[in-house]
Amino acid sequence: MIIDAKGLDHRTLNEKIRESNDSITINGCCGQRFIAAGMSDCIIRVNGIPGNALGAYLNGAEITVGSNAQDAVGDTMNEGLIVIHGNIGDAAGYAMRGGRLFVKGNAGYRAGIHMKEYKNKIPVMVIGGVAGSFLGEYQAGGIIIVLGLNAKEKPLTGNFPCTGMHGGKVFLRGNCENIRFPDQISAKIATDEELEEISEYIKEYCFLFGGDPNDMMKTPFTLLTPDSKNPYKQMYVAN
Amino acid sequence: MGVEFIYPEFEVIRNENRCIACRVCERQCANEVHFFNTEHSVMVSDESKCVNCQRCVSLCPTRALKIVKSDCTLRENSNWENDTIKEIYKQANSGGVLLSSMGNPRPMPVYWDKILINASQVTNPPLDPPREPMETRVFLGRKPEKIERDETDKLKCEIPPQIELSMPVMFSAMSYGSISYNAHASLARAATEIGILYNTGEGGLHEDFYRYGKNTVVQVASGRFGVYKDYLEAGAAIEIKMGQGAKPGIGGHLPGAKIIGDVSKTRMIPEGSDAISPAPHHDIYSIEDLRQLVFSLKEATEYKKPIMVKVAAVHNIAAIASGIARSGADIIAIDGFRGGTGAAPTRIRDNVGIPIELALAAVDQRLRDEGIRNNISLVIGGSVRSSADVVKAIALGADACYIATAALLALGCHLCRTCQSGKCNWGIATQNPELVKRLNPDIGSKRLVNLMNAWRHEIKEFMGGMGINSIEALRGNRLMLRGIGMTEKELEILGISHAGE
Repeated sequence: MIIDAKGLDHRTLNEKIRESNDSITINGCCGQRFIAAGMSDCIIRVNGIPGNALGAYLNGAEITVGSNAQDAVGDTMNEGLIVIHGNIGDAAGYAMRGGRLFVKGNAGYRAGIHMKEYKNKIPVMVIGGVAGSFLGEYQAGGIIIVLGLNAKEKPLTGNFPCTGMHGGKVFLRGNCENIRFPDQISAKIATDEELEEISEYIKEYCFLFGGDPNDMMKTPFTLLTPDSKNPYKQMYVAN
Repeated sequence: MGVEFIYPEFEVIRNENRCIACRVCERQCANEVHFFNTEHSVMVSDESKCVNCQRCVSLCPTRALKIVKSDCTLRENSNWENDTIKEIYKQANSGGVLLSSMGNPRPMPVYWDKILINASQVTNPPLDPPREPMETRVFLGRKPEKIERDETDKLKCEIPPQIELSMPVMFSAMSYGSISYNAHASLARAATEIGILYNTGEGGLHEDFYRYGKNTVVQVASGRFGVYKDYLEAGAAIEIKMGQGAKPGIGGHLPGAKIIGDVSKTRMIPEGSDAISPAPHHDIYSIEDLRQLVFSLKEATEYKKPIMVKVAAVHNIAAIASGIARSGADIIAIDGFRGGTGAAPTRIRDNVGIPIELALAAVDQRLRDEGIRNNISLVIGGSVRSSADVVKAIALGADACYIATAALLALGCHLCRTCQSGKCNWGIATQNPELVKRLNPDIGSKRLVNLMNAWRHEIKEFMGGMGINSIEALRGNRLMLRGIGMTEKELEILGISHAGE
């Protein structure tokens, strides 16, 4: 099923997606927001540039975007897969609680903030390039991986990564000596055992966008974890 | 001890002639105030642990107990009050931020108490509720701006989604985690029976309560706990929490100690991990951003549910409300500075925000002036204590009121203001299974239904007295109100005349 998005507003476009069968191609997408919000059983290919909040509350659907995407991709995503063959804007994967989000290129500010996890439901975000400031702010669970491909001299993340982090893991491909982490984060080089956890996602990234997973794993990864899952515990006195 | 000692606030007075040493008080007190001295075969107490929740007093079979405020006080000083000095001691002892529960207890103005309601005399005679139909039903949601017809001249009857309430009251947001399973069960069942809505708060919706969905507002806060498609679908409306009256500008924080069992599962975060809702939504920095969240929720639920936006009453509330009304939201909820909380920094609770009465009047007026009042419904909360407060709120311009403290009182809360301890002896603000089972949802929901039925009857009496037979005709009808003991400015903001005018 092919939908020509030209001239359609987001409400009409989403109605057409809901009416369609399992496999959908959207052509001529030009900034329509909220594509596939809350959807579960469909596979969507987007040609053109989708607008903000692509795949918000996504509940199992699979979305592939052939180019860049804008802000708030996968906002509060629950299940499913989002693949972006380009860069994404700010606040991607906000409060994501399941599913996988792969970005070939760079991510803007606040990627993966407040991601969370519960038992075996662990969201994963893989950023092929570099991430902007505030990566993984308030992170409460899940896995964020930044590969730094074609990063050249750029640091893997901007300023203030993982501020307020109290759960989950961030893997940055490199030794990250040029990045300043907040005090409540422990940063160390990941062991082979720890890297085992992300190897399948690296493989999936390479399968989607090309590259050799073994080559990628040759560079050491920095693993960031919070010191405490109760960062506010000592601050109060009962009154 | 020594310099760190703070004399206990309360004394436990036990009438030894009445005490039969049955040890009920000991078993009932989670704070471990009472214990049995085997050597002398008498009950004794450690009043330093007492929070004055009145549980032991209420359950003592011989009425042998009372709790009184200690008269051991520091030297009287109108500037440095006892509490103020003790707060300094607590902070000097610990270095901690003072943390309190429930609404602001300070003697700040309560404008409800300075407003009087009209009644008909001689002309436009009063109505008698028992024999005349009185309508207390309200519909919340965006109302059509004009009547539209299709090509065949037929009326277009499609209107934006509405919530129907049998009376203009809802139970406001209290999360599962901050209050117990049985407290939520009581609220959900009572709301269903009364025909109103309760609110999940920001902690998600327990799987057992999805069946009360038609009477549920599901909340989406900055932490997005428990938010996913089924949750959004479950509710009759979705509320975006931007702020809370008890702690404007402050986020939520449920300590890891309370994230156990089903609370952890409902929030979808690991046991023992803090549940932190940041102060801002980190994707909302403007009305346009708010609009994006509003419409993402509408898209995810196919435009079938009204979207509410809840904010705290703060200084520029009229302008903020105008922005929210233009964001695509269907209902705005405003929470005044006396609103309750499971825990908030004392200083924030007692010093930030403005009274709901003034905020309500200012917002209603602003939306009318801008011609957008019908675009949005207005729900207010932040210490609505009685049916009289409800009637005054409606006449000042609200569509409905949110109540929470009043509902908790109906469930047994004695306002001891120590919710943050998690040791609520009444089974409300606790996750301890032994304490939770003290609140029986059969009794709890019945008491809430009683309270609301009583209020509905009183509201009808007020309406009848004013010669008004529909609550809709009371909304924004400020001619029905007069102020006493207020300044010109206060009357101007409230948009009412002084008594006698």
